Amino acid sequence: MELTGAEILIRCLQEEGVDCVFGYPGGAVLFIYDALFKQDKVKHVLVRHEQGAAHAADGYSRASNKTGVCLVTSGPGVTNAVTGIATAYMDSIPMVIISGQVPTHAIGQDAFQEVDAVGITRPCVKHNILVKDVRDLALAMKKAFHIARSGRPGPVLVDVPKDVTAASCKFEYPDSISMRSYNPVLKGHPGQIKKAAQLLLDAKRPMIYTGGGVILSDAAAELAGLVKVLGFPCTSTLMGLGGFPGTDAHFLGMLGMHGTFEANMAMQHCDVLLAVGARFDDRVIGNPRHFGEVQRKIVHIDIDPSSISKRVKVDVPIVGNVREVIDDLVKLLQASREKPDAKALKAWWAQIELWKGKDCLRYDRASKIIKPQFVVEKLYEVTKGDAIVTSDVGQHQMWVAQFYKFDKPRRWINSGGLGTMGFGLPAAMGAQFANPKASVTCVTGEASFQMCLQELSTCKQYRLPIKIVCLNNRYMGMVRQWQQFFHGNRYSESYMDALPDFSKLVDSYGHVGMRIENPADVEPALKEAFKRRDELVFLDFITDQSENVFPMVPGGKGISEMILAEEL
Amino acid sequence: MRHIISILLENESGALSRVAGLFSARGYNIESLTVAPTEDPSLSRMTIVTTGSDDVIEQITKQLNKLIDVVKVVDLSESAHIERELMLIKVRAIGKDRDEMKRMTDIFRGRILDVTEHTYTIELTGTGSKLDAFIQAIDRSAILETVRTGASGISRGERVLRA
Ligand SMILES: Cc1ncc(C[n+]2csc(CCOP(=O)(O)OP(=O)(O)O)c2C)c(N)n1
Repeated sequence: MELTGAEILIRCLQEEGVDCVFGYPGGAVLFIYDALFKQDKVKHVLVRHEQGAAHAADGYSRASNKTGVCLVTSGPGVTNAVTGIATAYMDSIPMVIISGQVPTHAIGQDAFQEVDAVGITRPCVKHNILVKDVRDLALAMKKAFHIARSGRPGPVLVDVPKDVTAASCKFEYPDSISMRSYNPVLKGHPGQIKKAAQLLLDAKRPMIYTGGGVILSDAAAELAGLVKVLGFPCTSTLMGLGGFPGTDAHFLGMLGMHGTFEANMAMQHCDVLLAVGARFDDRVIGNPRHFGEVQRKIVHIDIDPSSISKRVKVDVPIVGNVREVIDDLVKLLQASREKPDAKALKAWWAQIELWKGKDCLRYDRASKIIKPQFVVEKLYEVTKGDAIVTSDVGQHQMWVAQFYKFDKPRRWINSGGLGTMGFGLPAAMGAQFANPKASVTCVTGEASFQMCLQELSTCKQYRLPIKIVCLNNRYMGMVRQWQQFFHGNRYSESYMDALPDFSKLVDSYGHVGMRIENPADVEPALKEAFKRRDELVFLDFITDQSENVFPMVPGGKGISEMILAEEL
Repeated sequence: MRHIISILLENESGALSRVAGLFSARGYNIESLTVAPTEDPSLSRMTIVTTGSDDVIEQITKQLNKLIDVVKVVDLSESAHIERELMLIKVRAIGKDRDEMKRMTDIFRGRILDVTEHTYTIELTGTGSKLDAFIQAIDRSAILETVRTGASGISRGERVLRA
């Protein structure tokens, strides 16, 4: 039996086990929407802006480890999605984007709603495919899902001209696929793993530095096993939080630009560094030369060879899937008769305790104005550390990273690589669809929130009981902080004037809004909000305008060259 | 350092722009780039001449390998290899310069492909530096037009690059 291209697309989604697609219709995808209408296996979630569709598919994937799918029309549909696609690309999130395209005969004619989607997205996708013949469609979809998921994951765009969705052919979905040009290495090289084990056993001041790769490869259990065998201190990038329990005594907190004093100092002064699924990016190692001033051996495990020795030279590179490599490493260490140097380790931990003594995340708990850190701490308590938390971008994002101790992976969902304001709410929607029973919270700032607030309507339509915690400081706080530190207090265009009354705003969408101005009301408000299990509640916390995120490593500085709270 | 990088890639529309886009997006140099299908019409062979430190070249090969359409990448400069480039050059050839131009062409083992009363069109193959040397050797003001293909390269000996 022959199927139309549109029907084939839907069948491919079913074959891939996709239960939910985030999208927005338009001329070029009408046949696809018609095919969606005629079936009930794949649920479609109608967003209010294509950026929201991409972020929602992304959040869905981050919360579930499934491939997120979004569907947009040609022209403005796909250009609106680009920010979301680039966001997923920077954080290596597996996603398939189906974009409509003008009919094949109209391509290149400057047709209505024509853009070169493959050209526009090329630099921000793992791969993309323009399907010009309906007979190629099923294979293109198979490839798209295979490429998105395997190796270092990432978004793949499939651009489908309207006539291709209308034409028909026989449908056959391949069970598996092999590509001569694409064969990611999964198993680490045994010789390299052996070298790594020896370095770790010989270490005097060891450090484990983990990143998003731990989350993406579902390696949390293996990582915990490794730390247990070694007893080494462990830190994480913004993207890796939850990959190792935030409450574990071996965890020194996040490192990097707003990392803890102890994590950054230990990173700088260690003699053996094990980097796991992290990429020494500029928000972690702002100044590779300064980092290189201390002699140390570096072992780097990553699935992407191009992440290794890109910014920081590595002594023992191990290309492979993080989970598999750690598993091999743990087995090797367990079988070894040698043990880590207990005496050296004890001295190293004593040094780390001294650094911890700085209490670098200290803030004024007695403040009469609500401190943003206090809100996050209370959020942590009220949700018992067990919520899925998404965030937007800015100070609030950093305070969540510092103060919400994620014990499990896939609970912390934020745009680390691209730093996309507007990500939080649509990502929370995706996370909620992936985990209908979970408690999902979006921590946001009053500036970020206004970048995708139209999705409040989507939340109403699908009854998503997301809790939105807005740390409202009436400023683009992070911009203001940089202006205060580096631009002579000239707050150029960073004040958020003419803010809406958020509780009225959400009320008009049919949600519950609360405004909280007193520290004493913070906890009761949060409790009240989380009691409303079936409702979206927006908590507008009026916070201290002048609060800054500490510690801070200024851009381009060494990781141990932090500005601490007391130094200002 | 100058490197000659050979790439075997799927002969798909867009594959060339993926490679070119990678170089421009990451700020790598391209001195020349040549590409054409191989004996297997589903594969293209590309030669890129680039310059950069060892670290940069390492990143270039890794990033190229990451492209889904790329089947294989080798840095030919790492071992013995042959490099050839074709140049077509149209020069003014009048009076006593006409003989001189013919002589230079012979010295460089070039061929005169087309002759008019006032011009020669010369074909020359060799390494990029040989072609440069020819341009240096003749009277600059005599050059009317040059077309160069950019370098193609292949390993010496029995080493082969195939899918
Ligand atoms: C789309 C986008 N535009 C601009 C920026 C630059 N930027 C980074 S943080 C920030 C301010 C965010 O303000 P807000 O959401 O209120 O959060 P706060 O820092 O106050 O917690 C801006 C403008 C960005 N990250 N994303």
